[in-house]
Amino acid sequence: MSRRVRCVLALVALGVLGATLVVAVGDLEPFGQYPGPYGDVLAKVVPGERHTGQLVAATVLDYRGFDTLGEELILFTAACGCVALLRLRRRERSDEPSAPERPAPSLASRALGGALVGPVLVLSAYIVIHGHLTPGGGFSGGVIGAGALLLAYAAGQRVRLRRVGSIAMLEASEAIGAGGFVALALGGLIAVGATLQNFLPLGTSGMLLSAGTLPVGNLAIGIEVAGAVALIVAEFLEQALLEEPSE
Amino acid sequence: MSVLAYLVAVWLLLVGIYGVVTSRHLVHLVTCLAVAQASTYVLLLAIGYRSGAKAPIFGDIPQSTPVVDPVVQALTLTDVVVSATVSALLLALAVQAHKRFGSVDPDELNALRG
Repeated sequence: MSRRVRCVLALVALGVLGATLVVAVGDLEPFGQYPGPYGDVLAKVVPGERHTGQLVAATVLDYRGFDTLGEELILFTAACGCVALLRLRRRERSDEPSAPERPAPSLASRALGGALVGPVLVLSAYIVIHGHLTPGGGFSGGVIGAGALLLAYAAGQRVRLRRVGSIAMLEASEAIGAGGFVALALGGLIAVGATLQNFLPLGTSGMLLSAGTLPVGNLAIGIEVAGAVALIVAEFLEQALLEEPSE
Repeated sequence: MSVLAYLVAVWLLLVGIYGVVTSRHLVHLVTCLAVAQASTYVLLLAIGYRSGAKAPIFGDIPQSTPVVDPVVQALTLTDVVVSATVSALLLALAVQAHKRFGSVDPDELNALRG
């Protein structure tokens, strides 16, 4: 199919799709008048049942925790897939000419990047462990933690990940996090008879150690997300760097 | 104005798909797909929004305050993560495609495959 024909066909199809959707959204509730009831039900029951005011965390890790379990495993699988695809690529590289040297980063990016790695890691840990009290949680905190790796790269540290065994550490943290969340889900099944049901003491609402399984779940997810994202980033960086022969 | 947020979602979906169809570069294609996926975030959050309501976190606000729907926010979180993993996998495939076909133009990949 030629490019032109394809574009015309696509425009026609998108026109039909767009018209259908515009008609459809006309029948939705007007913007800003959410009718409920699910959000209202959660707002009523969460503070009493989970001893936390963070409705989103409670939804993600308990009331719709099953979605999160699937999502967690999707992330795990995708990271494995990326690693498999990119390592295949790396093995094929032995007969290629060596890549050009990467230019050294400026002093500003080295200083700023290096200075920020530590604070960013602290911020990430803070967001993960306060996920059941304030906005944030395992996913956002984990991604911020993985960002520290990118900062180190921007600061011009030679990313010799394979040599120092960091890749193995990232893989392990990804697996421990994913396994931890599955263990949490199974723990509820074994201890109180339902998957992801809370089986830890609920504590006092608003305290750091409260809300039962929520902080533990956030921690597991944080470790897994940080490991998975950092692993994916590291594999892509190795592709970009091409400065070390494999193995 | 009451449907503007929904129309933004529709528009993002349409331009995203159009970009995918007409793309000439695999990385550009993955980015267009991410734009199309962003439409679902806008749609979900728009459905759960309630005028004048607060974020669904009872830290500093009394529990009787009206809040927006936390369920769609949790769904959006799932959505963002899945979207990011899809992008990562597709970019890894793009690296492989470039290696195998020496090109990142989707049309040329097609011609070379036979």
